[in-house]
Amino acid sequence: MTDVAVLAWRQYRLERRLFWRNPSAAFFNFLLPLLFLAFFGAAFHSDHKELRIIVPGIAAMAVMSTTFTALAYNMTFLREQGVLKRIRGTPMPGISYLLGVAGNAITNTTLQIVIITTAGRVFFGTGWPREWAELAVFVIVGVVCFASLGVAFSHVIPNFDSAPAYINAVFFPVVAVSGVFFDSAHSPGFMKGIAQALPLYHLIAGLSAAMVKGTSLSSNLDALGVIAAWSVLGIVFAVRGFSWDQRRA
Amino acid sequence: MSVSEPAIDVRGLRKAYGDFEAVRGIDFQVRRGEVFGLLGPNGAGKTTTVEILEGYRERTSGEVSVLGFDPGRRPREFRARVGIVLQSTGLYRHIRVREALLHFGSMYPHPRDVDEVIALVGLEGKEDTMARTLSGGQRRRLDLALALVGDPELVFLDEPTTGFDPAARRTAWDTIRSLRDLGKTVLLTTHYLDEAQAIADRVAIIQDGRIVIEGAPSELGSGAGAPRYRVAYRNGTGTEVERETDDPTTLLHELTGAALARGERLDGLSVTRPTLEDVYLELTGGETDETPAPAPAPTPAPTDAPTEEVLPLAGGQRRRRR
Repeated sequence: MTDVAVLAWRQYRLERRLFWRNPSAAFFNFLLPLLFLAFFGAAFHSDHKELRIIVPGIAAMAVMSTTFTALAYNMTFLREQGVLKRIRGTPMPGISYLLGVAGNAITNTTLQIVIITTAGRVFFGTGWPREWAELAVFVIVGVVCFASLGVAFSHVIPNFDSAPAYINAVFFPVVAVSGVFFDSAHSPGFMKGIAQALPLYHLIAGLSAAMVKGTSLSSNLDALGVIAAWSVLGIVFAVRGFSWDQRRA
Repeated sequence: MSVSEPAIDVRGLRKAYGDFEAVRGIDFQVRRGEVFGLLGPNGAGKTTTVEILEGYRERTSGEVSVLGFDPGRRPREFRARVGIVLQSTGLYRHIRVREALLHFGSMYPHPRDVDEVIALVGLEGKEDTMARTLSGGQRRRLDLALALVGDPELVFLDEPTTGFDPAARRTAWDTIRSLRDLGKTVLLTTHYLDEAQAIADRVAIIQDGRIVIEGAPSELGSGAGAPRYRVAYRNGTGTEVERETDDPTTLLHELTGAALARGERLDGLSVTRPTLEDVYLELTGGETDETPAPAPAPTPAPTDAPTEEVLPLAGGQRRRRR
């Protein structure tokens, strides 16, 4: 068991090193949410109410992009390149590998949440999060949910060339419908219905409660429940569909 | 397991993909410490067989034992004791040679010294190079290094030299021979006949999912039914003549005696034994692989008449490859 943990840690360390060794990718990874923040911050700089919607919305989007998008890309790439197959031929337990990879994604999520929270506090006066524990709970559940959905979704993507199309086709509609850039209370009924069935809407609600509204976790259990349900779905499909090898064309 | 037990024992192995049977009941044993070559054209079932032995694919039926393990169950101890070079595998984009070897080595209970492995495959001076900037041949050597860093007892090499230039192939052969000197068992697949002949202790030729012949490369060439020697020369009018015989001494005596009597030379006289290639071509219906061979033997036109060397008895290549 310790061996499994040690190998997971080594894999995590390697993933971190490799992540920073591609500085431009790392830079844009962290810059993107800040660009969004700067853009909307400038647009709504006098409108405190809008900013209170935008900051948790962008935080939730950051959770999705660092886990769902990143893992769907990486798994597709590593499978196509044969890296997963190579690793499967070694004595490293599969769980150590997945823990190392997930740990890498979670670190990126955490860094982004810190950057967004700090930027919100320093530049836009949104204040520090009201409920730190609630924030942690929603970030953790959100990461587990979107990380597993990202790995599961990589099974659907046939090859790396088509990965951007597949991922964007999910990412942008979900971001748009779930109310990252506007208060979804104002959206038409059918859109709200779709959004409420998806996990991102509920992650935004949870982060919003923790970061700006200060409503307690117990009043957001329904949101937590929906994200947890998607996590179960994601984990089942991520594990069951996991393929180490590129399927034959 | 005892030392006398074979490293690999395959009995009645079958693998079907839907209606298509890629492997149709094959048997072979690989002894400990030998280099065993699986030879055959593309699509013959080599890679399917090897990937079943490596634990990547499940067999449809048959008995398979690798180092005493059932590879289909992929126990961790089994994976710790084999090294695998797949036909084509990538690596992380931003990993360095030494870093990759240290990382993969750390997955094994008793890894080899990284510098030793680097020297063994000839990657000295490339320790800090990014894997993706290595040349094709160097990357293949890194593949081999990654398979060896866990100090495995058994090494699988799936077409280890495909795409190499002739010099790089010779170097790779030396490395594979040195594995045998280290006491490793090697299972190699190749579609290069000269490669099997050069480095394998024993060879099985696989065709349409079946093993059609098995034995030492030198024995296969003189198997039952095949004429033992082939004598070729150009006669007085410059026409190429080929004769087959089981008694080259008598035939040569007759030929040279008659030529001397007529005052002729037997230009291009050669005596060769059937090579693995002859056997291969005969068994696989004359189809060699479409991959160009690295060193095709030139066949001189009948009209030009430089004196050819008389080849030593064994192993001369005489058929032009397509």
